[in-house]
Amino acid sequence: MKIHEYQARNLFAEYGIPVAEGDVAQTPEEALVIAHKTGLPVVIKAQVLVGGRGKAGGVKVVGTEADLVSEFNRIKNLNIKGYTVERLLVARAIDIKKEFYLAVTIDNIKGDVVIIASADGGVEIEETAKTHPDRIVKFYMQGVKTLDEARWAPVAAQIFGDIRLQKSATSILEKLLKLFFDKDCSLAEINPFVINGEGKLMAADAKVIIDDNALDRHPELVALRDMKYEDADELEAKEKGLSFVKLEGNVGCIVNGAGLAMGTMDAVNLLGGKPANFLDVGGSSNPEKVLNALKIILRNKDIKVILINIFGGITRCDDIANGILTALKQINIPVPLVIRLTGTNEKEAKALLTSAGLTTYTSMRQAVTEAVKASK
Amino acid sequence: MSILIDQNTKVIVQGITGRDGSFHAKQMLDYGTKVVGGVTPGKGGQDVNGIPVFNSVKEAKDKTGCDAAVIYVPAKFAKAAILEDIANNIPLIICITEGIPVLDMVEVKKALNNTQCRLIGPNCPGLISPGKAKIGIMPGHIHKAGNIGVVSRSGTLTYEVVFNLTANGMGQSSCVGLGGDPIIGTRFVDVLKMFQDDPETKGIVMVGEIGGGDEQLAADFIKKHVTKPVVSFIAGRTAPTGKRMGHAGAIISSGDSTAEAKMQMLRDAGVTVIDFPDEIPQALAARL
Repeated sequence: MKIHEYQARNLFAEYGIPVAEGDVAQTPEEALVIAHKTGLPVVIKAQVLVGGRGKAGGVKVVGTEADLVSEFNRIKNLNIKGYTVERLLVARAIDIKKEFYLAVTIDNIKGDVVIIASADGGVEIEETAKTHPDRIVKFYMQGVKTLDEARWAPVAAQIFGDIRLQKSATSILEKLLKLFFDKDCSLAEINPFVINGEGKLMAADAKVIIDDNALDRHPELVALRDMKYEDADELEAKEKGLSFVKLEGNVGCIVNGAGLAMGTMDAVNLLGGKPANFLDVGGSSNPEKVLNALKIILRNKDIKVILINIFGGITRCDDIANGILTALKQINIPVPLVIRLTGTNEKEAKALLTSAGLTTYTSMRQAVTEAVKASK
Repeated sequence: MSILIDQNTKVIVQGITGRDGSFHAKQMLDYGTKVVGGVTPGKGGQDVNGIPVFNSVKEAKDKTGCDAAVIYVPAKFAKAAILEDIANNIPLIICITEGIPVLDMVEVKKALNNTQCRLIGPNCPGLISPGKAKIGIMPGHIHKAGNIGVVSRSGTLTYEVVFNLTANGMGQSSCVGLGGDPIIGTRFVDVLKMFQDDPETKGIVMVGEIGGGDEQLAADFIKKHVTKPVVSFIAGRTAPTGKRMGHAGAIISSGDSTAEAKMQMLRDAGVTVIDFPDEIPQALAARL
């Protein structure tokens, strides 16, 4: 789960990581109140959960109250990669002397938490990673949650040079690590990590991503989710134990397992059709899930056919069949259903569906071909 | 021969009294797997389909001499279940559970270091050596004993591939589902090496998907170390591009993880990459 910069900044502040004084504002009046407290100049930054806001004109340093109001209104009216701007962060502008990069994330292949640090911070960090990989240091935690200072010291010396900066950077890193582990983050990033006019290190930006699988143990973080970035159908699907992503096509897909769901979309595409969605009914099946899946898919008025492709493993085909039969009784399904069922309890499922007058397929290619035909 | 498991493997089921655990314990037993016990804390002394239930892995191991464990417990208990297996030196641990927090898996990876334990999964279908034993949730009847090794990141997509192999008379030596989570115990390269070293395996099918860097590592490994024919299918060519994780994700993965990029890397490594799962048998036949 991504959270906004102002929310991540609040977490930083809570953990003692220095950030510029400021707050989030929805109106120019609120922005002025904040600027009165912090003093001018201030930086105002669009709060959107997509990258490239700077290049889209969503970040501006302003030195007067008049500019603050006019720039606030300009940014508030921007559309950044399809998203309107609801809030802006207003913070005391930092007199930046130098930019570093500091992040904590997970290296999946090594299965370890890694600190990434560089003396070349800023928006070009990814480019630096490609052109000058030697300028970026990856420091592995080796399965522990606290910094091994003896091992870290030479890295700090290499990146931060000055002993006073090294100490300060290490102290901030320890706080960032604590935040990372406490809140089950998959990313905690400070970019740029800057030296200000007084020679002090601080976070000039804040990016935090929380592991969705860990939200159960962080009820306090769930409230930070910005619903505007969540498709209502996708959210509802998630609540019902389904994984759903809407696409542009007209062949509705209900599949078990993410791999087969993607494979089914690829197959629809390969055989000349257009998938309308990704929908994984998940592992342990119950008939209710199929009913919910059909309800969500049928809200899309472009749908011409629904392809149900189930290869039973932990999902039992008869559960799916019962779900289909329940759905047929409870809701109106105005488009043809093309059903392919194979695997665990396949015989029971086919008997159920056949006695209700439905056709089932065993071959995926055959079912996809039929569904594509019906979509034309 | 087969890899990892055979008719002599003795397995215990963690979470055997749950809906999935009890159902699949019976399915495994019916397939011929030596399911020697189950573990559910507080329910020791009961039995499920004639399988004795123990309170702990230690007790189960002492009483049964098991050499594998399969985990069906809910996500919030999965870390403890895996750690309990590691503490008791269970050589092969298969974790079916999905939705485990990533930092829990970081702890598990640390605990696995310098042990003789191998973890498969989590969020995986398990593995099967057809005609000998299955540990996991795959439907046994679609498999057939033979000499094709199958390794996959997906569950149900693996069944699709196996179904097509069997329908075309191509049996399997072993089929291993690695799991779909970011951090998993066993990766493509581990299983590719086992298949390369297994005299019974004559050809290999590798099923990958978008995201992550495993297929790229596999391509590199195949180029250097695999002499047996490999056929591959990569799912997700029509999937919407994934969500980016700040800059750190790009720095760490440093490489293109789209389906097309992976397919090209595999082709460059001498792998036959096909478009539709039912094209695998023919592609394999052409190279055997």
